[in-house]
Amino acid sequence: MTNSFKKILLGDQGLVVIFVLAFALVSIFVPNFLTERNMLGLLQSVVTVGIVACTMMFCLAARDFDLSVGSIVAFAGMVAVMASNATGSIMVGILAALLCGGAVGLINGVVIAKFRINALITTLATMQIVRGLALIASDGRAVGINDPNFYQLALSKLLGIPTPIWVLAILFVVFGFVLNRTVFGKNTLAIGGNPEASRLAGVNVDWTRIWIFTLQGMVCAIAGILLASRITSGQPNAAIGLELSVISACVLGGVSLAGGRAAIAGVIVGVMIMGIAENVMNLLNIPAFYQYIVRGVILLLAVLLDNLRSSALGRR
Amino acid sequence: MSFLEFSHISKAYPGVQALSDVSFSVAKGAVHGLMGENGAGKSTMIRVLSGDQHADGGDIIIDGQVQKYASTRDAFHAGVIVIHQELQLVPELTVAENLRLGRFPANAGVIQSRQMFSEVGDKLKSAGIDIDPRRKVKTLSIGERQMVEIAKAIMLDARVIALDEPTSSLSSRESEILFSLIERLRAEGKVILYISHRLDEVFRLCDSLTVLRDGKLAAHHPSLENVTREQVVAEMVGREISNVWGWRARTVGDVRLKAEGIAGEKLVQPASFEARAGEILGFFGLIGAGRSELMRLVYGADTRSSGTIKIDGQAVHAVDPRQAIRAGIVLCSEDRKHDGIIQGRSLEENINISSRRHNTRFGILNARKEAEIAETYIKKLKVRTPSRKQDILNLSGGNQQKVILGRWLSEQGVRVLIVDEPTRGIDVGAKSEIYEILYQLAEQGMAIIVVSSELPEVMGICDRILVMCGGRISAHIDRNDFSERAILAAALPDKKTPDAIAS
Repeated sequence: MTNSFKKILLGDQGLVVIFVLAFALVSIFVPNFLTERNMLGLLQSVVTVGIVACTMMFCLAARDFDLSVGSIVAFAGMVAVMASNATGSIMVGILAALLCGGAVGLINGVVIAKFRINALITTLATMQIVRGLALIASDGRAVGINDPNFYQLALSKLLGIPTPIWVLAILFVVFGFVLNRTVFGKNTLAIGGNPEASRLAGVNVDWTRIWIFTLQGMVCAIAGILLASRITSGQPNAAIGLELSVISACVLGGVSLAGGRAAIAGVIVGVMIMGIAENVMNLLNIPAFYQYIVRGVILLLAVLLDNLRSSALGRR
Repeated sequence: MSFLEFSHISKAYPGVQALSDVSFSVAKGAVHGLMGENGAGKSTMIRVLSGDQHADGGDIIIDGQVQKYASTRDAFHAGVIVIHQELQLVPELTVAENLRLGRFPANAGVIQSRQMFSEVGDKLKSAGIDIDPRRKVKTLSIGERQMVEIAKAIMLDARVIALDEPTSSLSSRESEILFSLIERLRAEGKVILYISHRLDEVFRLCDSLTVLRDGKLAAHHPSLENVTREQVVAEMVGREISNVWGWRARTVGDVRLKAEGIAGEKLVQPASFEARAGEILGFFGLIGAGRSELMRLVYGADTRSSGTIKIDGQAVHAVDPRQAIRAGIVLCSEDRKHDGIIQGRSLEENINISSRRHNTRFGILNARKEAEIAETYIKKLKVRTPSRKQDILNLSGGNQQKVILGRWLSEQGVRVLIVDEPTRGIDVGAKSEIYEILYQLAEQGMAIIVVSSELPEVMGICDRILVMCGGRISAHIDRNDFSERAILAAALPDKKTPDAIAS
């Protein structure tokens, strides 16, 4: 009995099992948790982290790292608001934001892949540069949205579910597919497993890494646009510390920091666990300060579980 | 009188029964050989002995006492020291510091260096090891490091010393020193467990021998009198291998690969050569002669500073591996672990990594086709694995090599196959299987280039040998003219004579 339980916990789907159990427990014991309103609120609250986690998964799987995501989210949101205010076209705003996000990612990718600068250092630098750009562009103040239709990006609903949640769901599906069923995804995992062997096996390593970072930039822009729409303005100080939440969620979801191992199901669960923990603490009126501690503890436990799992698998 | 006894040891890993019910014993003051192909269970046996892994069943008995150890530390206290292939020394510390690590002679926390150096120096001298205890380990050769490891075992008063492939990276002179040290330990009454797949060494050193096959005891010889090498090989592979090489005549066609004036950062002298369709061309040379460097330049793994490559008379402008593969040149690298396998990924993915480009549509892969290809080559190359989904890291060296070969065999339009040290660390059975694959590919018209530092191997399987020495091609010898003497003479830098190395 205990043995088979252990097997399930340490198996491939261990995290999913824990998630389901936790979800069931919380639903039973926390009042107002399992209501439509709270569920939608919960999902809304994980949209930004979830969207960015899609591509962070690729980054980590390829043994890379991206710290600049929070800054890109803020910067792209700012660009979207300012460009649509200036031109009167929301479409132009969105395109401009995607372009800017993609450009930052492209620069990250080229510097890391072609000039062989450590990803941690490179993105630490661009994180600050891009935050600086966002502050300069707005002179440090929030920029309000002129066109009320812009709010609709975040407020509109389809089948009773807000658009951002749909976007998140679609991105989960798309990037899950890309990771498992495309050459790009498999090459990403191979690079994370052994970059030199991948190069010698004919994988275009530099190109793949540049694309990963470019996609990451564009996906951050999507998150930035939705965030700006929800908070009805471009905020230069938005999404500070986002990189840590996103990386935590990925690691929680079993993505290996050593590269070569990632799964979208894990990332989704990782994102949801972080979201539920926060949601439950809010419902139980636990002060925000304690939430940091809980988040840290959850992360440590997840990594510990992962470690147990690796050693249980054993290596010849 | 047996001193060390393995009694009914079993151990399973997910998907593999690594050891099943293995029993044998070793007498005091004996060197006992442990042989078997890769994946036969030798390493698992050692891990169980060293406390690194727990046996699922069975006991280890030392000097009549059943050992119940829970960790390597307990094994250590029981007097068992295992010297692994990867040595466990701290490069930045001196020899003496390494030997006294954890037990420094200290006064109020200050290490008594002079005392330590003189003590360790005396111990080394009395063991017949000629190494200055003040040298940092990073300045020692691999052979010297091995000596330091053994010195560590001696200083810890080990009763059982297990050596895992100790000579795999030693020169013949260093091996000799090691052998005399082992003989001295035997005379002192230690039990030595000697793991190797070099028959010559085992027959020379060992008093008794155990052969494992597929995790089971294949044979136990309490004495090596009246035991022949052929018999042991047969026990290892489970069948008779009459001729490891199995070379046969082939028709050789036109020039397939023509490489002219190839040079790069690591190969200063430009080199030119050609390989014909259906030919197996050997590249022999001592380590550092530039063979692997030349091949990496041909494949585009390193950047060429000059040189042209033609395939079937057509100039090929391939500057990186990706383009080389598309032009029909593939390379199996010498360093399998670093340059070959993708750790943490399955066999299936390791096989399909390159050839999947033929089976995709808009970048989306064809899972069914990939599974089919993986199954085909697992079967064709006789890869021993529980499933195609297995992590490649869990396979033995020979099976990993086959997977890498499968990676290139599943490619389309390969015209030149370069294999660098194709059988390094691979056992006899898998070796002849790999040679057979090479012959078949040559018969289909591929040009095969075999880079090897094992002279019998190049002489055994190649149609023609190019010898490299000091970064240039120094000789060109046809099969009819193969002789050890001629090849070695061309491989050696001027002043040494071939006899000095051959002996």
